[in-house]
Amino acid sequence: MRGATHATWAVGAAAVVLVATACGGGGGGGGSGGASGVLSSSWGDPQNPLEPSNTNEVQGGKVLDMIFRGLKRYDAKTGAAQNMLAQKIDTSDSQNFTITVKDGWTFSNGEPVTAQSFVDAWNYGASLKNNQKNAYFFGYIEGYDKVHPETGTQSANTLSGLKVTGPHTFTVKLNQKFSTFPDTLGYVAFAPLPKAFFSDHAAWLKKPVGNGPYTVDSYTKGSTMALRKWDAYPGADKAQNGGVDLKVYTDNNTAYTDLMAGNLDLVDDVPAAQLKHVKSDLGGRYINTPAGIIQTIAFPFYDKAWDKSGMENVRKGLSMAINRDQITTTIFQKTRTPASDWTSPVLGAAGGFQDGLCGASCRYDPAQAKKMIQDGGGLPGGQIKISYNADSGSHKEWIDAVCNSINNALGNDKACVGNPIGTFADFRNQIGQHKMPGPFRAGWQMDYPLIQNFLQPLYYTNASSNDGKWSNKDFDKLVDQANAETDKAKAIQLFQQAEGVVRDNMAAIPLWYQNGSAGYSDRISGVALNQFSVPVYNEIKVS
Amino acid sequence: MGRYVIRRLLQMIPVFIGATLLIFLMVNVMGDPIAGLCGERQCDPATAAQLRKEFGLDKPLWQQYLTYMGNVFTGDFGTAFTGQPVTELMADAFPVTIRLTIVAILFEVVIGILLGVVTGLRRGRPIDTGVLLLTLVVISIPTFVTGLLLQLLFGVEWGWIRPSVSTDATFGELIVPGLVLASVSLAYVTRLTRTSIAENKRSDYVRTAVAKGLPRHRVITKHLLRNSLIPVVTFIGTDIGALMGGAIVTERIFNIHGVGYQLYQGIVRQNTQTVVGFVTVLVLVFLVANLLVDLLYAVLDPRIRYA
Repeated sequence: MRGATHATWAVGAAAVVLVATACGGGGGGGGSGGASGVLSSSWGDPQNPLEPSNTNEVQGGKVLDMIFRGLKRYDAKTGAAQNMLAQKIDTSDSQNFTITVKDGWTFSNGEPVTAQSFVDAWNYGASLKNNQKNAYFFGYIEGYDKVHPETGTQSANTLSGLKVTGPHTFTVKLNQKFSTFPDTLGYVAFAPLPKAFFSDHAAWLKKPVGNGPYTVDSYTKGSTMALRKWDAYPGADKAQNGGVDLKVYTDNNTAYTDLMAGNLDLVDDVPAAQLKHVKSDLGGRYINTPAGIIQTIAFPFYDKAWDKSGMENVRKGLSMAINRDQITTTIFQKTRTPASDWTSPVLGAAGGFQDGLCGASCRYDPAQAKKMIQDGGGLPGGQIKISYNADSGSHKEWIDAVCNSINNALGNDKACVGNPIGTFADFRNQIGQHKMPGPFRAGWQMDYPLIQNFLQPLYYTNASSNDGKWSNKDFDKLVDQANAETDKAKAIQLFQQAEGVVRDNMAAIPLWYQNGSAGYSDRISGVALNQFSVPVYNEIKVS
Repeated sequence: MGRYVIRRLLQMIPVFIGATLLIFLMVNVMGDPIAGLCGERQCDPATAAQLRKEFGLDKPLWQQYLTYMGNVFTGDFGTAFTGQPVTELMADAFPVTIRLTIVAILFEVVIGILLGVVTGLRRGRPIDTGVLLLTLVVISIPTFVTGLLLQLLFGVEWGWIRPSVSTDATFGELIVPGLVLASVSLAYVTRLTRTSIAENKRSDYVRTAVAKGLPRHRVITKHLLRNSLIPVVTFIGTDIGALMGGAIVTERIFNIHGVGYQLYQGIVRQNTQTVVGFVTVLVLVFLVANLLVDLLYAVLDPRIRYA
């Protein structure tokens, strides 16, 4: 009988454990509603220190979007660049700009935002010694080659193209004509910085101070950041809630589970595994809106086999062999839209997005695809290997699906295979060394909603993200013309002509436009994502 | 005894150097980590070179290793790409993981040994068969299934616990994750204890103790259990290291910002400093835990002497 008593103890112990855990739970959620209500939102640990010119991913971008306002701001719905801190930006030649900063703006520590705040920030961002990863944004400003030479040490610390001409005015001289330059100024790298950033950098990084509608209340690196409404915020886009608590999650599935349990208000990245039942879980509290991201397949043009004439037909044939509709429906649950040009729907027709520009080359037509590939001389080596990084996202699934689609069209099981590379860093490394054994996955997230940003960095000769080293004189010429064109509508037309050159050569196969997705609790309303798939926090209402 | 400890401590030095060197090499084989810092684009070459210089990645590998080890001995584990010193990450992560490990070990010791004793004493009875079957089920189900299942049932369906652990990660919050983490080991501990008890039950000293007329609980705790625990202690000792480093799955599921999570992030971001730093400390934990286990043998079984 003794053994039996032991057994009951064990059961009893288990029961105690369960009761104890029950006590631990249930404390979360709640909080007061209305304009003072605070919402909680999922977050990931930012990859880089939280400096405006050093943040190039969405997690850090989220915070900076709340605590900073720049000269321009992109409308969350239309993507149009509207004046924020800029009173006016004048130019007569698309190369020399005079910028007037609005009076009355301050940082949350009380320091006024002046022309100097911008010039100091831009000089800091461009300077090589500061290791800023967004430094190339300042590459159009005169003197960049001095403060950020490609090799060796910098011979100047400030950009010669920037001059403060008054407390609220400064001039910018570019090293080339760039008519849409003012519209790029909504990017966070161009945000102004307070003096405290330079005088006590370490303290600033611990608790960033900006000029946006929120202030950082507390920040525990790697786990939480509490942002609170800044009551004295001078802008029109004041926060509609009392604040946002960002919580770092180890896994976005856990964040989603927390949302279901009522412990979290907003998940801005619904994991792929949950997409199938997200509608039944959340009902109407799920949004799925276009973001400025396009996925493509790029080619190694440094490899002669891909660069010879006739290959454009092979590339077009491959594009026609991919059943985009089926893949976006079955694998991505319609969180991606089949692409028919090389930009993004978030630009809008006025901004240069042209639905169907790709034409027949992007329509699924297996018979024609096979013929085109044969006409072009067949696949180099009889087989293509599509490289991708296997450590994140659902790249393996869709690459395999793309290959299947191609194999079916060609009636050859071995025509296309995936080539997984272990980590993202190694993948980028091999791309950077121009050692790709064939086509590779390429994704482009826009920096600012301009057609220029979807074309020039990717396809201009030797451009920063022209990973396949594609080069075409006609394309370069059209882009130069477009940048010099002062009339915006004409400039966009020229960019679209340049995009036509990309199409005729099939410099990269457009696959699909990526959407941003978010799920939220019934405590909050007015949730929307902007073109960068970042929630527009200041418009969220807490009930 | 003192001599034995010193000898063991000295043996740790080559193991420590070898282990860190291996990890250092493995992380470096993955290639240049700087390339992954600029998103889907090429880092501009000047900034990349500057960053490489700052993190010491421009030097030959042997030099990097020597510098790193030199710094480690002065308590400097380097800086992560986020600009945070690795020691700061450790100060955040280790207390959490240690708490989680304590919870898990407690489960193993209390429930595992208890069930082992009960089943060992009542071999062949329904309770024995029942527990054996249960352990078989637990061992065969992967941790992430138990974890997700318990999280969904307790956290979402029944609302007994919060599905995710907060930043504080108090003991109360860690009970369910600890149980999940311990589950497989718990089953092994039960089986080990059961076999050991069943075997020793028939030994001479137990018969003598019973014949002396000792009360049953004294026979079991003083004589039978003490002698049966040696394999169990060995298992639990080595398990401490495994639990601390191997909690990656459990920590991700329950949002625990511990060692496993930091290691995972370090690997994904190819952050040599974080990975090598954390693994170095884990190696030390493993070595010390093993030494303690060996010393415990002498306490449990007076016949074992160290000289």
